[in-house]
Amino acid sequence: MKRIDAIQKISSQLENELVVCNIGFPSRELHHVKDSNNHFYMLGSMGLASSIGLGLAMSTNKKVVVIDGDGSVLMNMGSMVTVYNQSPDNLIWVVLDNECYGSTGSQCTYASSFNLGDVAEAIGFKSTYSFDLDTGEMDFKEVLNSEGPVFVHFKVEPGNADVPVIPMEPLEIRDRFMESVKK
Amino acid sequence: MDSSQSVYHALKKSGIDLIVSLPCVNLGKVMEMVECDSEIIHVPVTREEEGFGICAGAFMGGKRTGILMQNSGLGNSVNALASLFELYKIPVLMIMSHRGTEGEFMSAQIPMGTATPKVLDALGIQYFNPKTPEEALKIIPKAWQIAETRGTPIGILLDIKFW
Repeated sequence: MKRIDAIQKISSQLENELVVCNIGFPSRELHHVKDSNNHFYMLGSMGLASSIGLGLAMSTNKKVVVIDGDGSVLMNMGSMVTVYNQSPDNLIWVVLDNECYGSTGSQCTYASSFNLGDVAEAIGFKSTYSFDLDTGEMDFKEVLNSEGPVFVHFKVEPGNADVPVIPMEPLEIRDRFMESVKK
Repeated sequence: MDSSQSVYHALKKSGIDLIVSLPCVNLGKVMEMVECDSEIIHVPVTREEEGFGICAGAFMGGKRTGILMQNSGLGNSVNALASLFELYKIPVLMIMSHRGTEGEFMSAQIPMGTATPKVLDALGIQYFNPKTPEEALKIIPKAWQIAETRGTPIGILLDIKFW
């Protein structure tokens, strides 16, 4: 399954959840398949999607879905133990793992040599899910209803969809999102 | 007035209600006070940059955030401060124990200690350098006001002699 199809499957099952989406093509693909006031699109600070999501989850009762990537998780792996220890029950951390740095030209990451989902389980995450590119079907509603923090490891194919840059200014993204958080 | 108490009271006066931290020997007591305060969410982190990410998310969730850190951690937070905080205009109060200043006993602290004000200048981050507990109590809440009004990180550098 392509990453954009995974993003499409996930976003089609979201309703009022807040979404923090990783820098680069993941945000562009999410914006392309479904834009929403509930989306925070990262334009910089690679690696910090899960940290932004954690801070947000600890400040609101709403559910927070983080859409992250393997390269970004590897850049901030300490976040896995911080999230586990803070244990926000409203945080769902989805890692779309294509075993490469997709936005920069699909250079390989180390994610092909070990299983990020196993790492999450070893740390102690109670709710972990693993989706595979071949099976295709996923019930994201079940994920959303699990007790958080939830770690979702989702293998996808490398490659980016041909989608445009997000036509929004950073402050526009921020203000629209913050209004949505308050509602 | 005790230096740690003045920093803690200044945080309270500023209305800071979520703090991320990495330890420094000089910040130990402040961290304990923050941990014991039920009105402040305290999140120990593994790396300063991660802490800044948490602060950014918490700000969007309506929190007033601060970080307790040693100045060495500024080095690994530069990109987050530029491409997250400056880009989206996010305030955060950076309480930094400034090692490598007068009275430093460890030569290893000198290079980053010397670089710290220059790194802040390069990022366009305003900072204050209170010398006494009384000054800190006065300056920190004002600094936070500037941060909130402008939507920007603001630095408080606390030299070795402050403690």
